[in-house]
Amino acid sequence: MIVREWLFLTIAACDAAEPWQLGFQDAATPMMQGIIDLHHDIFFFLILILVFVLRILVRALWHFHYQKNPIPQRIVHGTTIEILRTIFPSIIPMFIAIPSFALLYSMDEVVVDPAITIKAIGHQWYRTYEYSDYNSSDEQSLTFDSYTIPEDDLELGQSRLLEVDNRVVVPAKTHLRIIVTSADVLHSWAVPSSGVKCDAVPGRLNQISISVQREGVYYGQCSEICGTNHAFTRAPGNIGRLLSPLWLSRTTRGATHPRSKLLQRAAGAVGSQGARQ
Amino acid sequence: MADEIVLKTAPADFRFPTTNQTRHCFTRYIEFHRCLAAKGEESNECARFAKYYRSLCPGEWIEKWNEQRENGTFPGPL
Repeated sequence: MIVREWLFLTIAACDAAEPWQLGFQDAATPMMQGIIDLHHDIFFFLILILVFVLRILVRALWHFHYQKNPIPQRIVHGTTIEILRTIFPSIIPMFIAIPSFALLYSMDEVVVDPAITIKAIGHQWYRTYEYSDYNSSDEQSLTFDSYTIPEDDLELGQSRLLEVDNRVVVPAKTHLRIIVTSADVLHSWAVPSSGVKCDAVPGRLNQISISVQREGVYYGQCSEICGTNHAFTRAPGNIGRLLSPLWLSRTTRGATHPRSKLLQRAAGAVGSQGARQ
Repeated sequence: MADEIVLKTAPADFRFPTTNQTRHCFTRYIEFHRCLAAKGEESNECARFAKYYRSLCPGEWIEKWNEQRENGTFPGPL
């Protein structure tokens, strides 16, 4: 629960790959926050074990010197230490397993029906997005293609190889169902900030549920080798511009306005407005 | 905002609880056409199924299936 929301406007979240980045991008969904927390839990035990093993190793090497220790001891067995070194390594994975399974099963749980379905279709080497919830016939989907902006066309401030001409626009704090598929070869749709990575398999519809908790522009890249321009394909083509109240007010006015004007404007015009806003 | 905007889409179907929703989309499409065959073209009750399959299935798949239906080669139990 964020108490002072205005404070967060002054902090820029890391929602795109940074050069020489070591840690995760900032979480935008509860799923990603769970993944980060699990990572911290496991890392604690990891460091414990690492330090312990290194200490034993260095100590053994250091003291195994013909002058310091001319008569090395020959130890064949020791019951107590054998019991201890069996029990403790069995308990540690249990401490790791508890948060891990909790996260794993909670990720699969579908608690609430999704509010909106977006289809992300991978092509070589761009993405197509379809919003079809408000169609009144088979042909009326809001569909658009999303190409990575080539370096020559970038404006000042835009990220190289991350920006896209038409971004996916999605409402914040809403349960989304994203259906990922492909029209030709394997691709993968990944947005690290949202903790999402889903393979796009031709002939198969993969569903992922997310609920993005904060507004912003999120970047991602194609995560399955798909040909020559795989490195230049942006997976989500930015989940951009999660505008919760605006979306709700402009999206639908009954069946006669199945396509939101805001959506079209945001999807088409974002490229000219520059980078993360 | 004069009217409350309601976001609605195909609900999560317990028959298809896993990530693979291919059969979900296919089943909704078939349900719609069976509903049309049973209740007639003008019925409003089938509109619900239509919305579901349109939400879930990519446009290309729907076009292909519509063509197959017209040709009589649709591989499903219509």
